[in-house]
Amino acid sequence: MMMNKTRPSFRLPRAWVPYLLLSPFLALFSIFGLFPLLFSLWMAFQSWEPTAGLEAMRFTGLENFIFVLGDAWFWKALGNTLWLAVFSGLPQHLVALPLAVFINRAFGRHGHSVAAAYFLPYITSTVAIAMMFTSLLSTDYGLINAMLKWAFGMEAINWLWQPQTLKPAVAMVVFWRYVGFNLVLYLAALQTIPRELYQAAKLDGAGSWSCFRYITLPALKPMMLFGITLSIIGGMQLFEEPFILTNGRGGPDQAAMTVAIYVYRLAFDFSDFGAANAISWLLFALLATMTWLTNRAFKDRKP
Amino acid sequence: MSRLTTKTLSRGAAYLLVGGGALLMLAPFYFMFVFATQSNAAIFNVPPPLWFDGELGRNLQTLTTRLPFWRNLGWSLYVALMSTVLTLLFCSMAGYAFAMLEFRFKQPLFLLVMGTLLVPPFMTMIPNFMVMDALGWLDTHRALYIPGAAGAFGIYLVRQFAAASVPMELLKAARMDGCSEFGIYWRIALPLLRPALGTLGLITFIASWNNFMAPLVVLRQAESYTLPLALRSLQATVNTEWGAIMAGSAIATLPLIVLFVISSRQLIAGLTAGAVK
Repeated sequence: MMMNKTRPSFRLPRAWVPYLLLSPFLALFSIFGLFPLLFSLWMAFQSWEPTAGLEAMRFTGLENFIFVLGDAWFWKALGNTLWLAVFSGLPQHLVALPLAVFINRAFGRHGHSVAAAYFLPYITSTVAIAMMFTSLLSTDYGLINAMLKWAFGMEAINWLWQPQTLKPAVAMVVFWRYVGFNLVLYLAALQTIPRELYQAAKLDGAGSWSCFRYITLPALKPMMLFGITLSIIGGMQLFEEPFILTNGRGGPDQAAMTVAIYVYRLAFDFSDFGAANAISWLLFALLATMTWLTNRAFKDRKP
Repeated sequence: MSRLTTKTLSRGAAYLLVGGGALLMLAPFYFMFVFATQSNAAIFNVPPPLWFDGELGRNLQTLTTRLPFWRNLGWSLYVALMSTVLTLLFCSMAGYAFAMLEFRFKQPLFLLVMGTLLVPPFMTMIPNFMVMDALGWLDTHRALYIPGAAGAFGIYLVRQFAAASVPMELLKAARMDGCSEFGIYWRIALPLLRPALGTLGLITFIASWNNFMAPLVVLRQAESYTLPLALRSLQATVNTEWGAIMAGSAIATLPLIVLFVISSRQLIAGLTAGAVK
């Protein structure tokens, strides 16, 4: 104590300390968070090409939005994104929830170690994963076609190079990558349900289906809401998997061109930053609405 | 008796199903490592190879002639480490302040932090590029590790942990003893926050290591590419060198698998934090 008192040291007024501790967040948020967002909103009403320099920017009102809403590629991208979000997202939950119940019942507290195998794809590089699947899905020599031929005598499928199989292929990769994440979420929720509830129900003569229906499912509801919201938000922003599987273009007939890929291409392939920003904000509005609707749908049914 | 056999049978089926599913999940990784050791011609055999061969060295050679591969690997490591160090520092500062200190505008500032979680990451792609362009940060690596270094996820993780495990009395005692506010954060709180920082560090490192979109937008020259970007650039060529690509992918994936095996429990708990209250 004495030593501390005698040591000549510069001390900040105590009231400043919290703000100093927060200063990195405030600085980074202003420069790399708030400012870009406002700039992006402003840009949505401008016409600009990056090569022309900032002076060449001009105000065009709602022109970008009108262009986007009349743009066939935008609607196509939106349709693709919704399709991919539904057909990669829905199966994740349809598989993850029963699997979690299953694992929880069969392995109890050790469930997490089993779930780890399913979780691994979630933490590995999308590029490595997508490259690997590009090779596994290749038409003439891909392992997946070889297996299908060996097991069912099927003809080779041109997975990544025709519109009608490209979408399911992308959805499958996305499913494979994220199903483990949802599994872990449901497992965590299951382990918070008190065992006594089941024991009491069994004593009252409830079967395993009624246990599931009246105890497990209601207890999982908040987690379903959380997981499904995350899947929607993630699915609507889908970028990396289809981008790499189609070599950055969106595939034949733009069948796997998601909104995020279209935004990227508008900006960096077609140099139309105004329209790219306009789409960003349209998608944001759509996402916010969908999240809100999901929340409502789950809340209304609560007793 | 018969009930018991049904029970064992259904239990066996359960194990089989869960185990089979796990194998399906892990199979692509297995083939990535197998293909990394196969020559390009062998990968395209019908049926494809199911076991390891001795071509890893040749594949690595192809990889290093087509790409500045070791340099790309170095950049990935550098960016991931810088981003981890900065994130731990900035998020622990902010998280500590929110959990342990009282100050004006605390609530609105915390709402602001949490509010940033509502902005979808993809929305920042284009504006981020423009800001980096304006700052002259295009093709620099600080454009990758600085912007996200005080992220809401990290701040929230530290705040929750600090509120639960740093005793207020300890801070009071230190204050009475004349310890400076910064000293309290650095010498008393930070060591107690170690478990949360470990988790946050792991998650940050992995996220940076895997990051694709930010480098795609910011980096221009193959010399400065990080690993994911470098690997993808091999795809554009006509005769894709799958053996080399798989060797590169395997090298990019191996550290993650090792990290995951060591710390899967901690990682999973951290990544799903916030979901379970």
